[in-house]
Amino acid sequence: MTLDRRSFLKTIGTTAALTAVGTAASAREHVEAPADAVGMLYDSTLCVGCRACMSACRTANGLEPLKEEGGIYDAPIDNNGHTKTIIRLLDDNGANAWIKNQCMHCIDPACVSVCMIGALKKDDHGIVTYDKDRCIGCRYCQLACPFNVPKFEWDSATPLIVKCEMCNHLVADGKQPACCDICPREAIIFGDYNDLLAEANRRIETEPDRYNPELFGDSEGGGTQVLYLAPKNISHQDLGLPDLDDQSIPELSETIQHGIYKGFVAPVALYAALGAVMIRNRRQGGER
Amino acid sequence: MNEIAQAVGGKILGSKTSKLLWIALIGFTFMAWRFVFGLGPVTGLNDGYPWGIWIAWDVVVGTALACGGYAVAILCYIMNKGKYHPLVRSAIVTSALGYSMAGLSIVIDVGRYWNLWKVVVFPGKWNFNSALLEVALCVMAYVIVLWIELSPAFLEKWKAGSPSALQKFAAKASPVVNKLLLPIIVLGLVLPTMHQSSLGSVMIVAMQKLSPIWHSPLLPLLFLISCIGMGFAIVVFESTLSCALLKRPQETHLLAGLGKAAIAIMTIWLILRFADLIWRDQLATAFNSGWLTFFWLLEMLTIILGILLLLKGRTNPATLFRAAMLLMFGGALYRFNTYLIGFNPGEGWHYFPSVPEFFITVGIIALEILLYIIIIRRLPILVGVHKHRRL
Ligand code: SF4
Ligand code: SF4
Ligand code: SF4
Repeated sequence: MTLDRRSFLKTIGTTAALTAVGTAASAREHVEAPADAVGMLYDSTLCVGCRACMSACRTANGLEPLKEEGGIYDAPIDNNGHTKTIIRLLDDNGANAWIKNQCMHCIDPACVSVCMIGALKKDDHGIVTYDKDRCIGCRYCQLACPFNVPKFEWDSATPLIVKCEMCNHLVADGKQPACCDICPREAIIFGDYNDLLAEANRRIETEPDRYNPELFGDSEGGGTQVLYLAPKNISHQDLGLPDLDDQSIPELSETIQHGIYKGFVAPVALYAALGAVMIRNRRQGGER
Repeated sequence: MNEIAQAVGGKILGSKTSKLLWIALIGFTFMAWRFVFGLGPVTGLNDGYPWGIWIAWDVVVGTALACGGYAVAILCYIMNKGKYHPLVRSAIVTSALGYSMAGLSIVIDVGRYWNLWKVVVFPGKWNFNSALLEVALCVMAYVIVLWIELSPAFLEKWKAGSPSALQKFAAKASPVVNKLLLPIIVLGLVLPTMHQSSLGSVMIVAMQKLSPIWHSPLLPLLFLISCIGMGFAIVVFESTLSCALLKRPQETHLLAGLGKAAIAIMTIWLILRFADLIWRDQLATAFNSGWLTFFWLLEMLTIILGILLLLKGRTNPATLFRAAMLLMFGGALYRFNTYLIGFNPGEGWHYFPSVPEFFITVGIIALEILLYIIIIRRLPILVGVHKHRRL
């Protein structure tokens, strides 16, 4: 009547070992920006909050402006299924600072890492694009993105994921993204990623009294192709950006996932081992 | 499989079972609403909380509670405890139904369900970095495996029926299925091992959003181990309940063995859970995180209490039943905490299931119970009185 504790623990132990071996297996490598990466640089000290970028973004991406009750025109409180970028104001005891929210085009994006059949992909320039024909609407990208960027068309029966794709349709034609093109203050600019990195660092160096010495995006979350300069004495977290490690999310999650499933060895081995045990059991037990 | 399994008989729809049908129909009405108007108007979901009770409860908890077939198969086939065979078939019925209902919930939950077939048909596009892909493929495969494992029950019934095309088919198919059964059963052991651990891996990417009380690199292992414990508990629960309702003698001596297995499994789980919290230096967080602490303590205490009850009185059917319920509840809460309670996408986001969302879940549960009752009434699933033989 007693249960054979040893064989029980053995079964559990084997599985545990398989998982542990996987976890200890070589860590997933750190990813660098692609060779001809493009990017955007947002300088909060230049932005005046005119929101021209918001309406330009709508026009360029075929998004209807929001009309709210009482005649309030296009004042979404966050990005949403109809809005790919917004400008927010941090009102900190008179220290006004603006922040533009949009997709960060992460160098090692969590959204791409989790998307089942590759609806979200990084193109040659590192722009994170969306292909609705491969999207099943599982919303795992929303859960995974540390910036809460992907939005979902909740009020549609045939919903899409909506997020900034760096106007890749314009970039493909050699043009600039609409928001960068329209900005009267050049608070958001488009260009080669490495040039933008150099430009951002140059600004910090030449005007230390104007800027927060930290550049957001050169390493945060594994690095982002959209870079942020904040005013001096205002942290990026005050502006609503998350406090991220330099390790990207996929560096941990893919290390674990690959560890368990590398080359499908573990599942096949498990299948073989269990099959062998069963066959042995049948023989020994004289069962049919 | 088992010669002495019998159909319970009785009307397909009695007065109680037709109530279940009504509850299911209400759920399905709301479901139609969801398909016409989209997810927004019907659910409490939003861009901060993209997953609600359909994922956390129907899929994540639901499939773990459907691990009875998996747990009993480990006992019977791997550890060679043939005496548990009488429990296999009914455990597989609950598993097959539980997993099928989880599949249904996924179809309701995903926004672009008409693209789901592409996941199966385009292996070239599979993104193996996605834990969810792994879950999706394994769950689909496992649903098929479970129904094949259950097919001998259908074939037996048809074979015994009056001569007809169906009877001929059953007579021909039986030997084929019997030959196929061994590799299928092994598959039925590998697939849950894979996707139950992957259900834990799914939340690893929620690094900043999931409380460190639950976020851990050990998530896959903790999910895997607890689903086996929950599997034993649900078999005890289901078997005790069906014996009581159908006035058959209890199978306490068998169930006590399952209880013993559950003690071992859940103790290992508890040790790992605490070791992990200590190793990550988060035990203090677990104790002073306000209402998260409450949910964490509830999770821990129900499982500890369940184990203690099993240690003390697993030969007493009532105690065994209570302990099983505690373990089911504790394991379910662990999953619910990981997917919803401990999840915080940032300030300003709130989620509470809407009424239609809730009714759809309840409707699915009602349908599942209804189908279970119909199946045991019509098919040879439950083992008759007292004669436990091996297959
Ligand atoms: S910000 Fe979010 S949506 Fe944009 S690339 Fe990064 S992970 Fe993806
Ligand atoms: S919702 Fe679409 S884009 Fe997002 S992860 Fe799922 S399939 Fe990919
Ligand atoms: S790059 Fe294009 S899509 Fe992105 S915020 Fe600017 S205008 Fe909108």
